[in-house]
Amino acid sequence: MTREEVRGLIVETLGNIAPEADASTLDPKADIRESLDIDSLDFLNFVIAVHERLRIDIPEVDYPRLFTLDGAIDYLMQKAAPPK
Amino acid sequence: MAEFRMPSLGADMVAGTLVEWLRRPGDRVRRGDIVAVVETQKGAIEIEIFQDGVIERLLVEVGTTVPVGTPLALVSGIGVGAPAAPTPPPLRPEAVVQAPAPRVPIPGPQVGRPLASPAARRIAQQFGVDLRALRGTGPGGAIVSADVEQAAKAPRRFDPAEMRRAIGAAMARSKREIPHYYLSTTIDITVAQRWMEARNAERPPPQRLLLAAPLLKAVALALRGSPELNGYHGERGFEPSPAIHIGVAIAIRGGGLMAPAIHDVDKLGVDELMAKLRDLGMRARSGGLRSSELSDSTITVTNIGERGVEAVFGIIYPPQVALVGLGKPMERPAVIEGKVLPRRTIVATLSADHRASDGHRGALFLAEMDRLLQAPEQL
Repeated sequence: MTREEVRGLIVETLGNIAPEADASTLDPKADIRESLDIDSLDFLNFVIAVHERLRIDIPEVDYPRLFTLDGAIDYLMQKAAPPK
Repeated sequence: MAEFRMPSLGADMVAGTLVEWLRRPGDRVRRGDIVAVVETQKGAIEIEIFQDGVIERLLVEVGTTVPVGTPLALVSGIGVGAPAAPTPPPLRPEAVVQAPAPRVPIPGPQVGRPLASPAARRIAQQFGVDLRALRGTGPGGAIVSADVEQAAKAPRRFDPAEMRRAIGAAMARSKREIPHYYLSTTIDITVAQRWMEARNAERPPPQRLLLAAPLLKAVALALRGSPELNGYHGERGFEPSPAIHIGVAIAIRGGGLMAPAIHDVDKLGVDELMAKLRDLGMRARSGGLRSSELSDSTITVTNIGERGVEAVFGIIYPPQVALVGLGKPMERPAVIEGKVLPRRTIVATLSADHRASDGHRGALFLAEMDRLLQAPEQL
Protein backbone atom coordinates (compact mmCIF):
# COMPACT_ATOMS: atom_id res chain seq x y z
CA MET A 1 0.00 0.00 0.00
CA THR A 2 1.11 3.53 -0.65
CA ARG A 3 1.37 6.13 2.06
CA GLU A 4 -1.62 7.92 0.59
CA GLU A 5 -3.71 4.72 0.66
CA VAL A 6 -2.84 4.07 4.30
CA ARG A 7 -3.69 7.68 5.13
CA GLY A 8 -7.04 7.33 3.35
CA LEU A 9 -7.84 4.16 5.25
CA ILE A 10 -7.04 5.75 8.60
CA VAL A 11 -9.05 8.87 7.85
CA GLU A 12 -12.03 6.82 6.69
CA THR A 13 -11.89 4.64 9.81
CA LEU A 14 -11.69 7.68 12.07
CA GLY A 15 -14.60 9.21 10.16
CA ASN A 16 -16.75 6.22 11.09
CA ILE A 17 -15.92 6.72 14.75
CA ALA A 18 -16.16 10.52 14.87
CA PRO A 19 -18.58 11.28 12.01
CA GLU A 20 -19.02 14.97 12.69
CA ALA A 21 -15.30 15.65 13.11
CA ASP A 22 -13.46 16.44 9.90
CA ALA A 23 -10.78 13.78 9.85
CA SER A 24 -9.60 14.85 6.40
CA THR A 25 -8.16 18.13 7.72
CA LEU A 26 -6.35 16.57 10.67
CA ASP A 27 -3.04 18.03 11.77
CA PRO A 28 -0.74 15.06 11.05
CA LYS A 29 1.28 15.69 14.21
CA ALA A 30 -1.60 16.29 16.62
CA ASP A 31 -2.88 13.69 19.06
CA ILE A 32 -6.03 12.35 17.39
CA ARG A 33 -7.52 11.56 20.79
CA GLU A 34 -7.46 15.28 21.54
CA SER A 35 -8.30 16.67 18.13
CA LEU A 36 -11.19 14.28 17.48
CA ASP A 37 -12.27 13.91 21.13
CA ILE A 38 -11.79 10.16 21.07
CA ASP A 39 -12.09 8.20 24.30
CA SER A 40 -10.52 4.84 25.10
CA LEU A 41 -13.54 2.94 23.79
CA ASP A 42 -13.43 4.86 20.50
CA PHE A 43 -9.70 4.27 20.28
CA LEU A 44 -10.15 0.53 20.81
CA ASN A 45 -12.79 0.52 18.05
CA PHE A 46 -10.32 2.35 15.80
CA VAL A 47 -7.61 -0.28 16.48
CA ILE A 48 -10.10 -3.09 15.88
CA ALA A 49 -11.23 -1.59 12.56
CA VAL A 50 -7.65 -1.12 11.34
CA HIS A 51 -6.72 -4.60 12.55
CA GLU A 52 -9.62 -6.12 10.64
CA ARG A 53 -9.04 -4.19 7.43
CA LEU A 54 -5.28 -4.66 7.20
CA ARG A 55 -5.18 -8.02 8.96
CA ILE A 56 -2.20 -7.04 11.05
CA ASP A 57 -1.60 -7.47 14.74
CA ILE A 58 -1.42 -4.27 16.77
CA PRO A 59 -0.17 -5.11 20.29
CA GLU A 60 -1.48 -2.90 23.05
CA VAL A 61 2.03 -1.69 23.87
CA ASP A 62 2.18 -0.17 20.39
CA TYR A 63 -0.99 1.93 20.82
CA PRO A 64 0.96 5.15 21.58
CA ARG A 65 2.48 4.93 18.07
CA LEU A 66 -1.03 5.37 16.67
CA PHE A 67 -1.84 8.51 18.61
CA THR A 68 -0.93 10.87 15.73
CA LEU A 69 -1.89 10.53 12.07
CA ASP A 70 1.77 10.59 10.92
CA GLY A 71 2.74 8.08 13.60
CA ALA A 72 -0.10 5.77 12.63
CA ILE A 73 0.80 5.93 8.92
CA ASP A 74 4.47 5.14 9.67
CA TYR A 75 3.54 2.29 11.98
CA LEU A 76 1.00 0.69 9.66
CA MET A 77 3.25 1.06 6.57
CA GLN A 78 5.98 -0.76 8.45
CA LYS A 79 3.63 -3.47 9.74
CA ALA A 80 1.87 -3.99 6.42
CA ALA A 81 5.08 -4.19 4.37
CA PRO A 82 5.91 -7.71 3.13
CA PRO A 83 8.89 -9.21 5.00
CA LYS A 84 12.17 -8.73 3.13
CA MET B 1 -57.48 -3.82 28.94
CA ALA B 2 -54.17 -2.15 29.69
CA GLU B 3 -52.60 1.02 28.40
CA PHE B 4 -49.23 1.01 26.75
CA ARG B 5 -47.76 4.40 27.65
CA MET B 6 -44.98 6.68 26.52
CA PRO B 7 -42.20 5.47 28.81
CA SER B 8 -39.90 7.71 30.79
CA LEU B 9 -36.47 7.06 29.36
CA GLY B 10 -34.71 8.79 32.19
CA ALA B 11 -35.31 11.68 34.54
CA ASP B 12 -34.34 14.16 31.87
CA MET B 13 -37.02 13.09 29.40
CA VAL B 14 -40.34 14.89 29.42
CA ALA B 15 -41.82 14.02 26.03
CA GLY B 16 -41.21 11.86 22.98
CA THR B 17 -42.29 11.81 19.34
CA LEU B 18 -43.76 8.62 17.97
CA VAL B 19 -41.96 7.95 14.69
CA GLU B 20 -42.98 4.40 13.83
CA TRP B 21 -45.46 1.74 14.88
CA LEU B 22 -43.95 -1.72 14.42
CA ARG B 23 -47.15 -3.53 15.41
CA ARG B 24 -50.72 -3.11 14.24
CA PRO B 25 -54.06 -3.62 15.94
CA GLY B 26 -54.76 -7.34 16.23
CA ASP B 27 -51.08 -8.24 16.57
CA ARG B 28 -50.16 -10.50 19.42
CA VAL B 29 -47.24 -9.16 21.46
CA ARG B 30 -45.01 -10.68 24.05
CA ARG B 31 -43.26 -9.01 26.93
CA GLY B 32 -39.99 -7.53 25.63
CA ASP B 33 -41.18 -7.13 22.01
CA ILE B 34 -40.32 -3.85 20.34
CA VAL B 35 -43.62 -2.27 19.34
CA ALA B 36 -42.73 1.31 18.46
CA VAL B 37 -39.89 3.70 17.78
CA VAL B 38 -39.81 7.01 19.62
CA GLU B 39 -37.61 10.02 18.89
CA THR B 40 -36.21 11.72 21.98
CA GLN B 41 -33.39 14.13 22.69
CA LYS B 42 -31.28 10.98 22.84
CA GLY B 43 -32.09 9.88 19.33
CA ALA B 44 -34.46 7.18 18.10
CA ILE B 45 -35.23 4.64 20.80
CA GLU B 46 -36.90 1.26 20.33
CA ILE B 47 -39.78 0.93 22.78
CA GLU B 48 -40.49 -2.45 24.32
CA ILE B 49 -43.77 -3.62 25.78
CA PHE B 50 -43.84 -5.03 29.31
CA GLN B 51 -46.71 -7.46 29.10
CA ASP B 52 -48.10 -10.19 26.89
CA GLY B 53 -51.31 -9.37 25.04
CA VAL B 54 -52.96 -8.26 21.84
CA ILE B 55 -52.75 -4.73 20.47
CA GLU B 56 -56.36 -3.52 20.40
CA ARG B 57 -56.04 0.06 19.27
CA LEU B 58 -53.33 2.60 18.52
CA LEU B 59 -54.08 5.88 20.28
CA VAL B 60 -51.31 8.11 19.02
CA GLU B 61 -50.53 8.80 15.41
CA VAL B 62 -47.08 8.74 13.96
CA GLY B 63 -45.52 12.19 14.10
CA THR B 64 -47.19 13.20 17.35
CA THR B 65 -45.19 14.45 20.33
CA VAL B 66 -46.70 13.48 23.66
CA PRO B 67 -45.60 13.80 27.30
CA VAL B 68 -44.22 10.85 29.24
CA GLY B 69 -47.07 8.70 30.59
CA THR B 70 -49.49 9.37 27.72
CA PRO B 71 -51.32 6.17 26.62
CA LEU B 72 -50.02 5.16 23.18
CA ALA B 73 -52.08 2.02 22.62
CA LEU B 74 -54.64 -0.26 24.27
CA VAL B 75 -53.53 -3.80 24.93
CA SER B 76 -55.79 -6.61 26.03
CA GLY B 77 -54.21 -9.23 28.23
CA ILE B 78 -54.13 -12.90 27.39
CA GLY B 79 -53.73 -14.93 30.52
CA VAL B 80 -51.44 -13.65 33.21
CA GLY B 81 -48.16 -12.41 31.83
CA ALA B 82 -44.93 -12.33 33.71
CA PRO B 83 -44.96 -9.76 36.48
CA ALA B 84 -43.76 -6.40 35.28
CA ALA B 85 -40.11 -5.72 35.77
CA PRO B 86 -39.41 -3.28 38.59
CA THR B 87 -39.42 0.04 36.83
CA PRO B 88 -38.54 3.41 38.25
CA PRO B 89 -41.50 5.47 39.46
CA PRO B 90 -42.77 7.85 36.80
CA LEU B 91 -41.81 11.48 36.79
CA ARG B 92 -44.12 13.82 38.60
CA PRO B 93 -46.61 15.71 36.46
CA GLU B 94 -44.96 19.04 37.33
CA ALA B 95 -41.93 18.00 35.37
CA VAL B 96 -44.09 17.36 32.33
CA VAL B 97 -45.64 20.81 32.62
CA GLN B 98 -42.17 22.28 32.23
CA ALA B 99 -41.70 20.37 29.00
CA PRO B 100 -39.83 22.20 26.29
CA ALA B 101 -41.96 23.07 23.28
CA PRO B 102 -42.71 19.90 21.35
CA ARG B 103 -40.94 19.36 18.09
CA VAL B 104 -42.76 20.08 14.89
CA PRO B 105 -44.60 16.86 14.11
CA ILE B 106 -43.23 14.85 11.25
CA PRO B 107 -45.81 14.59 8.48
CA GLY B 108 -47.04 11.01 8.25
CA PRO B 109 -50.64 10.41 7.36
CA GLN B 110 -50.92 6.63 7.42
CA VAL B 111 -50.33 4.42 10.43
CA GLY B 112 -48.14 1.38 9.93
CA ARG B 113 -44.79 0.65 8.44
CA PRO B 114 -43.67 2.57 5.40
CA LEU B 115 -42.80 0.43 2.40
CA ALA B 116 -39.07 -0.20 2.70
CA SER B 117 -36.57 -2.93 1.95
CA PRO B 118 -35.17 -4.86 4.92
CA ALA B 119 -31.69 -3.50 4.15
CA ALA B 120 -33.04 0.06 4.12
CA ARG B 121 -34.74 -0.56 7.44
CA ARG B 122 -31.54 -1.88 8.96
CA ILE B 123 -29.47 1.08 7.75
CA ALA B 124 -32.19 3.49 8.88
CA GLN B 125 -32.03 1.99 12.34
CA GLN B 126 -28.27 2.14 12.38
CA PHE B 127 -28.19 5.81 11.49
CA GLY B 128 -31.36 6.86 13.27
CA VAL B 129 -33.06 7.88 10.02
CA ASP B 130 -36.85 8.27 10.10
CA LEU B 131 -38.16 6.16 7.22
CA ARG B 132 -41.42 8.04 7.29
CA ALA B 133 -39.75 11.26 6.27
CA LEU B 134 -38.26 9.68 3.14
CA ARG B 135 -39.52 9.42 -0.40
CA GLY B 136 -38.72 5.98 -1.81
CA THR B 137 -37.16 5.52 -5.25
CA GLY B 138 -37.59 1.73 -5.35
CA PRO B 139 -40.38 -0.35 -6.91
CA GLY B 140 -43.81 0.99 -5.98
CA GLY B 141 -42.20 3.91 -4.16
CA ALA B 142 -40.46 1.59 -1.70
CA ILE B 143 -37.60 3.04 0.29
CA VAL B 144 -34.33 1.37 -0.67
CA SER B 145 -30.85 1.49 0.90
CA ALA B 146 -29.70 4.36 -1.31
CA ASP B 147 -32.56 6.57 -0.10
CA VAL B 148 -31.61 5.99 3.51
CA GLU B 149 -27.91 6.51 2.87
CA GLN B 150 -28.74 9.81 1.22
CA ALA B 151 -30.83 10.86 4.21
CA ALA B 152 -28.18 9.71 6.69
CA LYS B 153 -25.80 12.28 5.22
CA ALA B 154 -28.18 15.08 6.12
CA PRO B 155 -27.53 16.63 9.53
CA ARG B 156 -29.28 14.78 12.35
CA ARG B 157 -32.14 16.41 14.12
CA PHE B 158 -30.31 16.81 17.37
CA ASP B 159 -30.77 19.94 19.38
CA PRO B 160 -27.97 20.42 21.92
CA ALA B 161 -29.85 23.31 23.55
CA GLU B 162 -32.87 21.09 24.17
CA MET B 163 -30.73 18.36 25.68
CA ARG B 164 -28.92 20.89 27.86
CA ARG B 165 -32.26 22.15 29.15
CA ALA B 166 -33.42 18.61 29.90
CA ILE B 167 -30.20 17.72 31.72
CA GLY B 168 -30.43 20.97 33.68
CA ALA B 169 -34.01 20.22 34.74
CA ALA B 170 -33.17 16.68 35.86
CA MET B 171 -30.05 17.73 37.75
CA ALA B 172 -31.81 20.68 39.44
CA ARG B 173 -34.50 18.27 40.58
CA SER B 174 -31.84 15.90 41.91
CA LYS B 175 -30.08 18.66 43.87
CA ARG B 176 -33.41 19.98 45.17
CA GLU B 177 -34.77 16.65 46.36
CA ILE B 178 -31.83 14.37 47.09
CA PRO B 179 -29.69 15.00 50.18
CA HIS B 180 -26.37 13.97 48.67
CA TYR B 181 -23.33 12.89 50.62
CA TYR B 182 -19.95 12.38 48.98
CA LEU B 183 -17.06 10.01 49.66
CA SER B 184 -13.75 9.57 47.91
CA THR B 185 -10.97 7.01 48.04
CA THR B 186 -7.78 6.28 46.11
CA ILE B 187 -7.63 2.69 44.85
CA ASP B 188 -4.38 1.00 43.83
CA ILE B 189 -5.07 -0.59 40.45
CA THR B 190 -1.50 -1.66 39.67
CA VAL B 191 -2.40 -5.34 39.98
CA ALA B 192 -5.59 -4.96 37.92
CA GLN B 193 -3.73 -3.02 35.22
CA ARG B 194 -0.96 -5.66 34.96
CA TRP B 195 -3.49 -8.47 34.91
CA MET B 196 -5.37 -6.76 32.09
CA GLU B 197 -2.23 -5.98 30.08
CA ALA B 198 -1.05 -9.57 30.34
CA ARG B 199 -4.41 -10.83 29.07
CA ASN B 200 -4.59 -8.28 26.30
CA ALA B 201 -1.08 -9.15 25.10
CA GLU B 202 -2.32 -12.63 24.20
CA ARG B 203 -5.47 -11.50 22.45
CA PRO B 204 -6.39 -9.84 19.15
CA PRO B 205 -7.87 -6.34 19.47
CA PRO B 206 -11.56 -7.38 19.34
CA GLN B 207 -11.09 -9.47 22.48
CA ARG B 208 -9.13 -6.97 24.52
CA LEU B 209 -10.39 -5.40 27.70
CA LEU B 210 -10.49 -1.79 28.78
CA LEU B 211 -10.05 -0.97 32.44
CA ALA B 212 -13.72 0.01 32.53
CA ALA B 213 -14.73 -3.68 32.40
CA PRO B 214 -13.04 -4.86 35.63
CA LEU B 215 -13.99 -1.56 37.29
CA LEU B 216 -17.69 -1.98 36.45
CA LYS B 217 -17.61 -5.59 37.56
CA ALA B 218 -16.08 -4.57 40.89
CA VAL B 219 -18.81 -1.94 41.36
CA ALA B 220 -21.49 -4.55 40.67
CA LEU B 221 -20.05 -7.18 43.02
CA ALA B 222 -19.51 -4.62 45.78
CA LEU B 223 -23.15 -3.53 45.42
CA ARG B 224 -24.31 -7.01 46.39
CA GLY B 225 -23.20 -6.25 49.93
CA SER B 226 -24.64 -2.71 49.87
CA PRO B 227 -28.24 -2.93 48.65
CA GLU B 228 -28.91 0.53 50.16
CA LEU B 229 -27.05 2.01 47.20
CA ASN B 230 -28.83 0.09 44.43
CA GLY B 231 -32.46 0.78 43.52
CA TYR B 232 -34.99 3.58 43.31
CA HIS B 233 -36.42 6.22 45.58
CA GLY B 234 -40.14 6.49 44.86
CA GLU B 235 -43.44 7.41 46.48
CA ARG B 236 -42.96 4.80 49.18
CA GLY B 237 -39.38 5.75 49.92
CA PHE B 238 -36.37 3.70 48.95
CA GLU B 239 -36.86 0.36 47.26
CA PRO B 240 -33.73 -1.71 46.79
CA SER B 241 -33.43 -3.60 43.51
CA PRO B 242 -32.45 -7.27 43.49
CA ALA B 243 -31.02 -6.80 39.99
CA ILE B 244 -27.89 -4.71 39.42
CA HIS B 245 -28.31 -2.68 36.23
CA ILE B 246 -25.51 -0.16 35.82
CA GLY B 247 -26.15 2.98 33.79
CA VAL B 248 -22.94 3.87 32.03
CA ALA B 249 -22.56 7.59 31.38
CA ILE B 250 -21.60 8.13 27.75
CA ALA B 251 -20.76 11.56 26.37
CA ILE B 252 -22.66 12.38 23.21
CA ARG B 253 -20.65 13.97 20.43
CA GLY B 254 -21.83 17.53 20.00
CA GLY B 255 -22.74 17.88 23.67
CA GLY B 256 -24.84 16.23 26.32
CA LEU B 257 -24.77 12.76 27.76
CA MET B 258 -26.82 9.64 28.27
CA ALA B 259 -26.47 6.70 30.62
CA PRO B 260 -27.86 3.52 29.04
CA ALA B 261 -27.86 0.43 31.26
CA ILE B 262 -25.91 -2.78 31.12
CA HIS B 263 -28.19 -5.34 32.75
CA ASP B 264 -27.22 -7.76 35.53
CA VAL B 265 -23.60 -6.66 35.55
CA ASP B 266 -22.83 -8.74 38.65
CA LYS B 267 -23.66 -11.90 36.70
CA LEU B 268 -21.55 -11.13 33.62
CA GLY B 269 -17.98 -12.28 33.09
CA VAL B 270 -15.54 -9.43 32.34
CA ASP B 271 -15.26 -10.44 28.68
CA GLU B 272 -19.02 -10.48 28.28
CA LEU B 273 -19.20 -7.16 30.07
CA MET B 274 -16.58 -5.66 27.76
CA ALA B 275 -18.54 -6.84 24.70
CA LYS B 276 -21.69 -5.22 26.07
CA LEU B 277 -19.83 -2.02 26.80
CA ARG B 278 -18.55 -1.81 23.22
CA ASP B 279 -21.98 -2.59 21.82
CA LEU B 280 -23.62 0.02 24.04
CA GLY B 281 -21.06 2.65 23.10
CA MET B 282 -21.72 2.08 19.42
CA ARG B 283 -25.50 2.10 19.73
CA ALA B 284 -25.46 5.19 21.93
CA ARG B 285 -23.69 6.99 19.10
CA SER B 286 -25.57 5.56 16.13
CA GLY B 287 -29.07 4.86 17.48
CA GLY B 288 -30.78 1.58 18.28
CA LEU B 289 -30.95 1.82 22.06
CA ARG B 290 -33.91 0.12 23.69
CA SER B 291 -36.33 1.74 26.07
CA SER B 292 -35.46 -0.64 28.91
CA GLU B 293 -31.81 0.32 28.62
CA LEU B 294 -32.67 3.97 29.20
CA SER B 295 -35.13 3.53 32.02
CA ASP B 296 -34.10 0.75 34.36
CA SER B 297 -30.60 1.56 35.62
CA THR B 298 -30.39 0.95 39.35
CA ILE B 299 -27.19 2.99 39.76
CA THR B 300 -24.97 5.05 37.44
CA VAL B 301 -21.22 4.93 36.92
CA THR B 302 -19.42 7.84 35.32
CA ASN B 303 -15.93 7.05 34.12
CA ILE B 304 -13.88 10.12 33.31
CA GLY B 305 -11.37 8.14 31.26
CA GLU B 306 -7.72 8.42 30.36
CA ARG B 307 -7.74 12.01 29.21
CA GLY B 308 -9.76 13.30 32.14
CA VAL B 309 -9.02 14.57 35.61
CA GLU B 310 -8.25 12.95 38.96
CA ALA B 311 -11.74 12.74 40.39
CA VAL B 312 -15.39 13.27 39.51
CA PHE B 313 -18.19 13.87 42.00
CA GLY B 314 -21.43 13.18 40.21
CA ILE B 315 -25.01 14.26 40.72
CA ILE B 316 -27.37 11.36 41.36
CA TYR B 317 -29.71 10.58 38.48
CA PRO B 318 -33.22 10.36 39.98
CA PRO B 319 -34.90 8.10 40.95
CA GLN B 320 -31.62 6.29 41.59
CA VAL B 321 -29.89 6.72 44.95
CA ALA B 322 -26.20 6.54 44.14
CA LEU B 323 -23.60 7.37 41.54
CA VAL B 324 -20.03 6.09 41.36
CA GLY B 325 -17.39 8.36 39.80
CA LEU B 326 -14.14 6.97 38.45
CA GLY B 327 -11.27 9.37 37.76
CA LYS B 328 -8.34 9.14 35.39
CA PRO B 329 -5.88 6.31 36.11
CA MET B 330 -2.62 7.94 37.24
CA GLU B 331 0.83 7.04 38.51
CA ARG B 332 1.10 8.26 42.08
CA PRO B 333 3.65 7.73 44.86
CA ALA B 334 2.39 5.28 47.45
CA VAL B 335 3.91 4.13 50.71
CA ILE B 336 4.12 0.35 50.84
CA GLU B 337 5.92 -1.32 53.76
CA GLY B 338 7.81 1.86 54.56
CA LYS B 339 8.93 2.49 50.96
CA VAL B 340 7.68 5.09 48.54
CA LEU B 341 6.82 3.37 45.29
CA PRO B 342 5.16 4.51 42.06
CA ARG B 343 1.75 2.85 41.78
CA ARG B 344 -1.07 3.10 39.28
CA THR B 345 -4.08 4.47 41.08
CA ILE B 346 -7.59 5.68 40.46
CA VAL B 347 -9.80 7.91 42.59
CA ALA B 348 -13.21 6.33 43.09
CA THR B 349 -15.97 8.53 44.47
CA LEU B 350 -19.48 7.85 45.65
CA SER B 351 -22.37 10.29 45.62
CA ALA B 352 -25.23 8.75 47.57
CA ASP B 353 -28.69 9.62 48.84
CA HIS B 354 -28.88 10.12 52.62
CA ARG B 355 -32.54 9.04 52.57
CA ALA B 356 -31.36 5.54 51.64
CA SER B 357 -27.95 5.16 53.30
CA ASP B 358 -25.30 6.74 55.51
CA GLY B 359 -21.66 7.49 54.91
CA HIS B 360 -20.69 4.39 56.85
CA ARG B 361 -22.43 2.17 54.30
CA GLY B 362 -20.92 4.15 51.43
CA ALA B 363 -17.43 3.75 52.93
CA LEU B 364 -17.89 -0.02 53.25
CA PHE B 365 -18.95 -0.13 49.61
CA LEU B 366 -15.87 1.74 48.33
CA ALA B 367 -13.59 -0.35 50.55
CA GLU B 368 -15.14 -3.51 49.12
CA MET B 369 -14.57 -2.24 45.58
CA ASP B 370 -10.92 -1.68 46.47
CA ARG B 371 -10.62 -5.17 47.93
CA LEU B 372 -12.17 -6.79 44.83
CA LEU B 373 -9.84 -4.95 42.48
CA GLN B 374 -6.81 -6.42 44.24
CA ALA B 375 -7.81 -9.86 42.92
CA PRO B 376 -8.88 -9.03 39.34
CA GLU B 377 -8.66 -12.66 38.17
CA GLN B 378 -11.60 -13.44 40.44
CA LEU B 379 -13.85 -10.76 38.99
